[in-house]
Amino acid sequence: MKVLIRRQLKEKMIDFEKVRLKVNDKDITIGCVLESNGSTSNLKTGAWRSKVPIVDLDRCIGCGTCWVVCPEGCIYKREDGKFESNLDYCKGCGICANECPVKCIEMVMEER
Amino acid sequence: MGKQIMEASHAISEAVKMVKPGVIAAYPITPQTHIVEKISEFVADGELDSQYIRAESEFGAISACLGASATGVRSYTATASQGLALMFEVLFIISGMRLPVCMTLANRSISAPISIWNDHQDSISIRDTGWIQLYAETAQECYDLTIMQFRISEHRRVLLPSMVCMDGFVLTHLYEPLDIHRQEEVDDFLPEYEPFHAILDPKQPLTQGPIGFPSHYMELRKSQIDATKGSLRIIESIFNEFSKKFPVEIKNSRPDDYRVIEEYKTDDADIIFVAMGSICGQIKVVIDKLRKNGEKAGLAKIVVYRPFPDDAIRKALYNADKVAVIERAISAGANAPIFDEIRSLFYDDSRRPNIRSFIAGIGGRDVTLKHIEKIYYMVKEDKGKKEEWMF
Amino acid sequence: MAIMGLPEEEYFSYGHRACAGCGAAIAIRLITKAAGKNSILVEPTGCIEVVSTPYPETAWRLPWIHGAFENAASIASGIVAALKFMGKDKDINVVAFGGDGATYDIGFGHLSGAFERGDNITYICYDNEAYMNTGIQRSGSTPYGAYTTTSPSGRMSIGKKEWKKDLIHILAAHGSPYVANASIGYPIDAYNKIKRAIETKGPTFVNLFSTCPTGWRSSTEKTVEIAKLAVDTGICPLFEIIDGKHVINRPKDISNLIPVEEYLKLQGRYKHLFKPEKKEGEIAFIQKRVKENLKLLLRCAECGL
Repeated sequence: MKVLIRRQLKEKMIDFEKVRLKVNDKDITIGCVLESNGSTSNLKTGAWRSKVPIVDLDRCIGCGTCWVVCPEGCIYKREDGKFESNLDYCKGCGICANECPVKCIEMVMEER
Repeated sequence: MGKQIMEASHAISEAVKMVKPGVIAAYPITPQTHIVEKISEFVADGELDSQYIRAESEFGAISACLGASATGVRSYTATASQGLALMFEVLFIISGMRLPVCMTLANRSISAPISIWNDHQDSISIRDTGWIQLYAETAQECYDLTIMQFRISEHRRVLLPSMVCMDGFVLTHLYEPLDIHRQEEVDDFLPEYEPFHAILDPKQPLTQGPIGFPSHYMELRKSQIDATKGSLRIIESIFNEFSKKFPVEIKNSRPDDYRVIEEYKTDDADIIFVAMGSICGQIKVVIDKLRKNGEKAGLAKIVVYRPFPDDAIRKALYNADKVAVIERAISAGANAPIFDEIRSLFYDDSRRPNIRSFIAGIGGRDVTLKHIEKIYYMVKEDKGKKEEWMF
Repeated sequence: MAIMGLPEEEYFSYGHRACAGCGAAIAIRLITKAAGKNSILVEPTGCIEVVSTPYPETAWRLPWIHGAFENAASIASGIVAALKFMGKDKDINVVAFGGDGATYDIGFGHLSGAFERGDNITYICYDNEAYMNTGIQRSGSTPYGAYTTTSPSGRMSIGKKEWKKDLIHILAAHGSPYVANASIGYPIDAYNKIKRAIETKGPTFVNLFSTCPTGWRSSTEKTVEIAKLAVDTGICPLFEIIDGKHVINRPKDISNLIPVEEYLKLQGRYKHLFKPEKKEGEIAFIQKRVKENLKLLLRCAECGL
């Protein structure tokens, strides 16, 4: 008689320190795996832009439309409930200015 | 567990049942279909508690195995020839991601012209993909190597996919006596898969399969190649462990001790054959006959083809005067692949045997005892072309 | 914490290498917010895969896997099977998302296979209507008359000759319990549709219209506006097919549609319809066909189909 054997499966966690190694003095990982920790934030893509968004905070109604439509996800809610762009990452696309219902954002050529 | 007469395909199914993969992805192709059919019966009857995916193509099947293995479960598929060719890009991807996917390959020749019969063109053609390749001669070897391949692939210093190659029809559809091991002993030899570097779990989010710019690609590839070469030692030790734990029960069904190169009467041989797969059975019969006539013949059977076991092959062939490499695949526009690899092994040695290339059994053409005897005498008498096709 | 009904948590980090004004990046933010923490993301080769994982960096904060170009749906099927085996399939969403190249064309067979098997996956296509990552080539999703590098406009060509492939109805025909058409022009609606698709058991699909300013030669700030116009002209109507029955969200009739010309003229990929001379006939053809398609959809909904 053949018998079905069900096993208790253990919880499996990876010891990520063991996954790291050095080849040619370069830090790499086994199987090109990475920890999903949003490390692209190391690159400050704000350097890409030509225009920068200037928000008139007096007119901002804190609706959050700009936050929804930002491709970078770099607009954040301030303490006072209004919204502002994290200029380290803002690529200056201008979508926030275009979509703002009260038109309180202006895209201005950035002086560098 | 006992002895049974079983079709070698079903021996593979039996082994897969005993290793209990989490996910099995199946797509039919002659001549491996018996393997996946039997497994689906086990699942339907509750004898095997695996998730069985009926894939829409071999590409889908191997992709599902990639997904399952990346999630952190043992995964398995089987294919042949055209199916393997269809999986081509995913084979590289799986080995690059170091996922221990295991498969059975029923060796079948490749179209065009379309052929369902046996040769090694399919597995030889993908030897660069980074998969470990094991070749079986008998049903018992199919069964045993399948159990071993999971242990090898999942080893934390290997973490590479593997395939057990068995000759289509000639072996897949052959009934032989099989010694089936006890489940507890298989469980003891092969514990549950413990992922070392790759899981998909919200509790520990990982990114798998990124883009590798030139700044990092070469180092990533080197680390994979180092692991591939290093796996040979580990394969040898797993073979040893298995051979001790599961001694031979049926005479002549398998070697006493599994080795990466099986040496059959090579110690004092003047002429040694080199071959892979089921024709080794015929070669052993011919060697015994030749030996009765006073001819000193031997066989170095390649069990592990990738990673290429250079030291073991060199050791097996070292004392021979002449070597006849019989292979069942070609590399269009160049010398036969295994012949070339063996010849270049000896390039730096001061003492080199005379190595001859023979192509046999292409497209399912029978390799008979007469063919092998003819090869022996051609080599002994230094007759024939640089590359001989044994029609 | 929620803003406009969307969870605040970002699972797709800034610093990713997408173009300024990328509609697909907006799509991904919506998808990951709808999927939430207990998800596994599967992605085929394409723009987002490339811009989000420049080894050794990654933009993701969730488990994410990329295999090859055509097999996101198959990999997702494998993951679902693995989760079932581990007894975790009820707790974790498996969400695959790919571009239209990977979904409509090369991945079509595998998508069909996963849907035919009824695997519990959600597939979202961020549809920018061409193979953008390789430099704007025509895909099955490219609309009629659009310029791409492999269907350029010229003396002998109007751009793409074929109408856009209707993938949504093809997948509905597989018996999917929920398929929908959404647009980043109406992001809250898109979020809700994706959420519903994820929560519905069985294989579900959302086509998420995503402007590509680089490929469509449009102004980066008009990314969302163009996607909204696509809906309001009837070119990309928002609708759902729930258990085989049509529900049309917007536009609800053909009488107040914005003329397609307002949409076409904002994009350089349709420039040849306006210069050197205006091709009234072609624009009229597009307008007519758009209206007819919408009429048909509305009729389906009316008849309970």
